Amino acid sequence: MLRHLMSPLDFSTEELDKLFDLANDIENNPQKYAHACDGKILATCFYEPSTRTRLSFESAMTRLGGQVIGFSDATSSSASKGESVSDTIRVISCYADICAMRHPKEGAPMVAAEKSDIPVINAGDGGHQHPTQTLTDLLTIRSMKNTLSSFTIGLCGDLKFGRTVHSLINALVRYEDINFIFISPEELRVPDYITDMLKEKNIPYEEVIRLEDVMPKLDFLYMTRVQKERFFNEEDYIRLKDFYILDKAKLSLAKEDMLVLHPLPRVNEISVEVDDDPRAAYFKQAKYGVYVRMALILTLLNITVA
Amino acid sequence: MLNVGKIEEGFVLDHIKAGKSLSLYEHLQLDKQDCTVAIIKNAKSNKMGKKDILKVECDINLLDLDVLAFIDHNITVNVIKNGDIVEKKELVLPKQIKNVIKCHNPRCITSIEQELPHIFVLADEEKEVYRCKYCEEKYSESAMR
Repeated sequence: MLRHLMSPLDFSTEELDKLFDLANDIENNPQKYAHACDGKILATCFYEPSTRTRLSFESAMTRLGGQVIGFSDATSSSASKGESVSDTIRVISCYADICAMRHPKEGAPMVAAEKSDIPVINAGDGGHQHPTQTLTDLLTIRSMKNTLSSFTIGLCGDLKFGRTVHSLINALVRYEDINFIFISPEELRVPDYITDMLKEKNIPYEEVIRLEDVMPKLDFLYMTRVQKERFFNEEDYIRLKDFYILDKAKLSLAKEDMLVLHPLPRVNEISVEVDDDPRAAYFKQAKYGVYVRMALILTLLNITVA
Repeated sequence: MLNVGKIEEGFVLDHIKAGKSLSLYEHLQLDKQDCTVAIIKNAKSNKMGKKDILKVECDINLLDLDVLAFIDHNITVNVIKNGDIVEKKELVLPKQIKNVIKCHNPRCITSIEQELPHIFVLADEEKEVYRCKYCEEKYSESAMR
């Protein structure tokens, strides 16, 4: 059956466990998978630039022995001539076996999936979903702590516009005994629909302004960038962008085994001096991003490696 | 007291919120039908204080119950044949509605993709929340076409 990935919730927690087991097996036995996708082609259709996500997909397919075709911004695609997403995917379906699509318009990958003959992976659609980032976050947490339950996670920075944060919260509420601490300025608080959902499910959360106040409680600190492109007003962006900077002094308040995660790219919200601290897990997270995309490509293409 | 006569075949929509009958007339696209329609506004109601009523003389199959239920599932639908009520239809919130309301999120793919239908899906039956199938933007009253 043809299957796509539009949202992290498209997979049950049992299916995610299988996906993460596969990702960990790839991590431990990369040679076993080096030719798993021989003869297969991944199309990366990126209507807006995103070097990191695109290269992560390209690295994943290349490490599986497959090939990659695609475009990296709308101006170099037929979209600049006015072609619809529906038409583009019908054509891409003739050229490739699987497609990763990023689009500035929310829901564009879903339109593609409806018309596609090949699996479509949502590689980010505007401020809506970015499921492979969430899968990366979950795999990182599971791999580094051996569990996806019973911990306290602090989410810090832009909690209003940050889609990775919303997506991660929605994915984590499916696991047991998770405490959320939201750390943000008043203007960038997590939206009401999320706190309403947490209240409804009786999931504990608190909202604070100062990172220092809650640092000792955290098992994970998920830092986010205050993104310029999500603001309509440059003044607001300039005022809020430096509100939270994680430095050595703040990190000294944290548990010895706390882990700092970040979807990257960072601007200045994590000081470079933190990078060498063993608790800084964000570059490892980027590595897990490749493993989880490799596992996803194999799963959606129904390829099993004995 | 205003008197509107019986209809032979068609439907009577009763218990419409006062003032909503004209919008209902539009959404049911009755302006495109060649049939007799009586729009009664602000009729007295024991239950509601004031209510609107629509009487439509037409083939009953012309009535889109999904659109009607989406707009107000508390409306009473009386089916009329040979001048008598032969059935009272119960309205249930439709699982999804197509091209009844428009997604007004400027970042939604529906804003640029040609001929893409505007589909809203029932996300929360209890709270009667509909969301755009593509961008998941919540429906608001102002989104009605």
